[in-house]
Amino acid sequence: MSHIHRTNWELIKNGVFSENTIFRMAISLCPSIAVTNNLKNGFMMGISVLFVQVMVNITVSLIRNFINPKIRIPIFMLIIAGWVSIIDMTMAAFARTIYKDISLYIQLIVAFASIFARAEVFASKNKLVPSLMDGIGMGTGFFLAMIVISFFRELLGKGTLWGLPIVAGKPLLIMILPAGGFFAVGILMGFFNWIDIRFYGGKGASGA
Amino acid sequence: MDFNKLFELVVSASLINNFVFTRFLGLCIFFGVTRKMETAIGMSITFVSVMVISATLSWLVFENIMIPLDITFLKIIVFIGIIATFVQSADTIMKKVSPTMYYKLGVYLALITTNCITLAVPLIHAGEGYTLIESIAFGLGSGLGFALALVIMASIREKLELAEVPAPFKGLPISFIVAGLIALAFTGFSGLITL
Repeated sequence: MSHIHRTNWELIKNGVFSENTIFRMAISLCPSIAVTNNLKNGFMMGISVLFVQVMVNITVSLIRNFINPKIRIPIFMLIIAGWVSIIDMTMAAFARTIYKDISLYIQLIVAFASIFARAEVFASKNKLVPSLMDGIGMGTGFFLAMIVISFFRELLGKGTLWGLPIVAGKPLLIMILPAGGFFAVGILMGFFNWIDIRFYGGKGASGA
Repeated sequence: MDFNKLFELVVSASLINNFVFTRFLGLCIFFGVTRKMETAIGMSITFVSVMVISATLSWLVFENIMIPLDITFLKIIVFIGIIATFVQSADTIMKKVSPTMYYKLGVYLALITTNCITLAVPLIHAGEGYTLIESIAFGLGSGLGFALALVIMASIREKLELAEVPAPFKGLPISFIVAGLIALAFTGFSGLITL
């Protein structure tokens, strides 16, 4: 494995930029559109995923030597589902209004390819600290993607940020409609590809 | 059983609340398998059948085991367990019983386990308290809606291959924008039936 010897900082950077869940790998896309019509929901979703990713990586890394490789997939599933249940119940208790909007998507973190993939590819083969850093990096990458998308959607769609009015005038209602989510993600993804091609000589993201 | 109610459930799950375009679930698969019509159709067939059966199974477990034992807080773990077990066993059985079908559809089965729609349907049922028949109708409607989305998207993307797209937008970004346009069209279905 090539990334075993990377430093902690490189691990985090890898998760945030070069392997960004949403814009680079293009996996776990469902919530990137579903809950990003305002900044608050996007923020909460990002935080939950960050938490689950870090905790799953830690757990898997700690017990990696006790897991029989043959039944690792169900075990990872159980670990993920356990942590998701915890964040689900915590949110149901402390953030009722937001929970009403995004509970379904919080529960569906279980089915996230990105979290499962990191447990399988990274945490099950690495020591605690690198796994923790990898979790932080991946989670932060997702978190930042959610923030960027929901920032633009709320600003353009309602003219507000975090519920506070910022821009007066008629907002572009389409951005907070379902269709606008697809547009926002598509345009942002194209924009990041453009930066990559223009300034770093990359080839753009691979189509999933 | 009220037939109208069932019909409304199927129509609303497939068109008005289409999982892909208004609830944004199953996007990974939606963008993953729609590059070719053939794979899209294979996925649709597999998906509809898995959907109906897993909706039935999870209803039975939820109503008959989890509610009497008062362990509904475990629903996430239990549902994902049911679906993973069912998909895995379907995979094994299909490999033994009908290898030709397995070669055609087996690939999609493996993908379905990590699909959010299969998990969302039992979770929504648990929230709304559907009866068994309603739950099956809901599963069927969701499956059909997803199949419809896949087929529409695949037919557009096949044409898109020939189009000249600016380099940064090649591949996924343009697919997202196309999906946005379809979603816009699907907004027209809202208000078709008022439940």
